[in-house]
Amino acid sequence: MHIVVCMKQVPDSAQIRVHPVTNTIMRQGVPTIINPYDLFALEEAMRWRDKFKGALTVLTMGPPMAEDSLRKALTFGADRAVLLTDRFFAGSDTLATSFALASALEKISTEFGAPAMIFTGKQTIDGDTAQVGPGIAKRLGLNQLTYVSRIVELDQAADKIVVERRAEGGVQILSTRLPVLITMLEGVNEIRRGTLDDALRAARAKIITWNAADAGITDLTLCGLRGSPTIVKKVFAPSPRAEKAHKIPTADVPVELLAENVISEIFKRQPAVEGDLMKFSAGQ
Amino acid sequence: MIEERFDAIVVGAGPSGNAAAYTMAKEGLKVLQLERGEYPGSKNVQGAILYANALEKLIPDFREDAPLERHIIEQRIWTMDDKSYVGMHYRSEDFNEERPNRYTIIRAQFDKWFSRKVREAGATLLCETTVKELLRDAKGKVIGVRTDRDNGVAFADVVILGEGVNGLVGQRSGLRSELKPDSVALAVKEMHFLPREVIESRFNLKDNEGVVIEAMGTITAGMTGTAFLYTNQESISVGIGCIVSDFAENGATPYGLLEAFKNHPSIKPLLANSECKEYAAHLIPEGGYNSIPELYGDGWIVVGDAGQFVNAVHREGSNLAMTTGRIAGETVVWLKRRREELSKANLAEYKRRLDETFVMKDLKKYRRIPAFLHNNKHVFGLYPKLVAAAAQTWFRVDGADKLSKEKEILKSFRKGRTLSGLIGDAFKLARSWR
Ligand SMILES: Cc1cc2nc3c(=O)[nH]c(=O)nc-3n(C[C@H](O)[C@H](O)[C@H](O)COP(=O)(O)OP(=O)(O)OC[C@H]3O[C@@H](n4cnc5c(N)ncnc54)[C@H](O)[C@@H]3O)c2cc1C
Repeated sequence: MHIVVCMKQVPDSAQIRVHPVTNTIMRQGVPTIINPYDLFALEEAMRWRDKFKGALTVLTMGPPMAEDSLRKALTFGADRAVLLTDRFFAGSDTLATSFALASALEKISTEFGAPAMIFTGKQTIDGDTAQVGPGIAKRLGLNQLTYVSRIVELDQAADKIVVERRAEGGVQILSTRLPVLITMLEGVNEIRRGTLDDALRAARAKIITWNAADAGITDLTLCGLRGSPTIVKKVFAPSPRAEKAHKIPTADVPVELLAENVISEIFKRQPAVEGDLMKFSAGQ
Repeated sequence: MIEERFDAIVVGAGPSGNAAAYTMAKEGLKVLQLERGEYPGSKNVQGAILYANALEKLIPDFREDAPLERHIIEQRIWTMDDKSYVGMHYRSEDFNEERPNRYTIIRAQFDKWFSRKVREAGATLLCETTVKELLRDAKGKVIGVRTDRDNGVAFADVVILGEGVNGLVGQRSGLRSELKPDSVALAVKEMHFLPREVIESRFNLKDNEGVVIEAMGTITAGMTGTAFLYTNQESISVGIGCIVSDFAENGATPYGLLEAFKNHPSIKPLLANSECKEYAAHLIPEGGYNSIPELYGDGWIVVGDAGQFVNAVHREGSNLAMTTGRIAGETVVWLKRRREELSKANLAEYKRRLDETFVMKDLKKYRRIPAFLHNNKHVFGLYPKLVAAAAQTWFRVDGADKLSKEKEILKSFRKGRTLSGLIGDAFKLARSWR
């Protein structure tokens, strides 16, 4: 079984700062990491790869330095890494990104065998759109399972997969046919460390590097800024909404009364809460 | 387990490990280097002084692409009391030479660059891989290492330990005893960011010129230690360090000392309006010559901080690390070429070669200094106060004649410390210095 994981190198958002004047993200000197959501996809993919003794390819589109995150994925235990990089891809929105990745995936299919499953993370921490995975599925005509929290069953002979999907108000159990694109939910597994052999293999591995032409892309107007209809109108840093906060004075209030005061303040401002709570406790 | 056998395994990707790995890889040896951090430099304290000579011996044209901050054209040595400093400054156009002698660097960037050179030379580096212990054969010869990864064993003809001051692998493997609190300093350090032009005007610099301030005195609250300040391109490294056993005795906190140093009236304006971004603490082995552990044995060599190779008096460390690493590498290459075993007897060549370098000669010269400072704490409290008071008496124009001033100054010294004490200190210091 061949599995592909699409991942992205992103700035470590824990270390990002917003420029106080221009409101733009200051990327300078910010370390890059593998998009944390993608690690859940990678671990899940490796588990199924191990189970079926298959092969796992990781794919990323990005600048040449994105090689670092691919090498890291190899250290975790991926078998092969493909870097899609070309200045024509600069400024891609989700439409152009899914186009480029879908093209590369077609090329991967012919070079290394058609994948039965393609994984992505739920979303990225820098764009937060969650559109690229579904975009790829649509372009490649694959069934898609998004926000998957568990793969319940995978029957390769019958081309059948059953998963749990987190949906509003509950968990859905979905079944579909392979090949499939899965976007994996966070917190469902923990990325492995990789053995010493994996680390050695990764350090020496050659990263397969393709430009647009290598990936079979002929129409460059579908790539990068030109292929991206999304326009960012304005970027702003949210300001603290002090005016919406209510202050509950605590000075000079005896400790025994503190909790009492806070609760009655809340009930005063949100009368429905009190009623709901009453109903809830009555029902218990 | 890695099936493949390596000529050498290097533990650590700091200056010493990199120098060793580079030297051996460049000569065609098969080198595996293991680093605990996420990348080389990720565990290293930020700003530092790079001494060009030691690096030139490895990479003669390093200036072409190494991430250097400023070359140092001015050195300030300060003796401080709570309100003042008495300084000796040396600044010279001679330092604006084609191949400057000292630079400020930011270790995280520099170590990354150095590591790239090591890999380009052919060594294989694995990061996020911690060496847990040395493996030995039945006769006790070291034959490889065990790491914290699954199936984490690798074999080599020799293991070079460049693991830094803590040296846990060496300790755990019984090569040396634990660090002694009185021979290791704890240093804390911050990076303060400022625009380039501000730094240049505050320190009277142009282009990539830089200044170093080294300070001692009441700032260490009577403990053995020093403080420092280096100018980088767009930041200032500032820090202070004292001997660990002194901290334990004195009860002062490293951070408290650094706060006080930063707020000293002579330092505060230099850091005004800066943005402090990074804080770090690190140990420095300062025991000197007398605390150097066993440096080699059957199948193993120790280099850099792990071997206590730091000249605390001159604040030199990375150059000793690079030099010991290089010489360890050269020794291994030499033995391999002659098809000699990497046994204890043969690796003694490493020590013989080291004895011929400034590393051993300097450490030997200063071997009495750590004990002198340990037993003469007034060097850090009383003398700076006396010197500052003397300077004030001398420079204040107040109607007193100069001869009386001289007498007053002498009297203050003799009151602070008996005449025999003064002479004794001078004598002991001179002897330690020799
Ligand atoms: C605050 C401060 C300021 C200093 N300023 C200067 C200066 O201005 N100029 C100067 O020349 N020197 C300076 N020094 C000293 C200098 O930093 C050291 O002498 C030098 O870094 C020693 O190099 P090293 O390679 O031996 O050790 P390190 O630089 O400490 O490198 C050791 C490496 O080994 C890795 N490691 C440790 N254990 C393991 C393990 N078990 N498995 C795998 N990897 C491991 C560590 O992660 C680390 O990367 C300063 C030190 C301090 C603390």
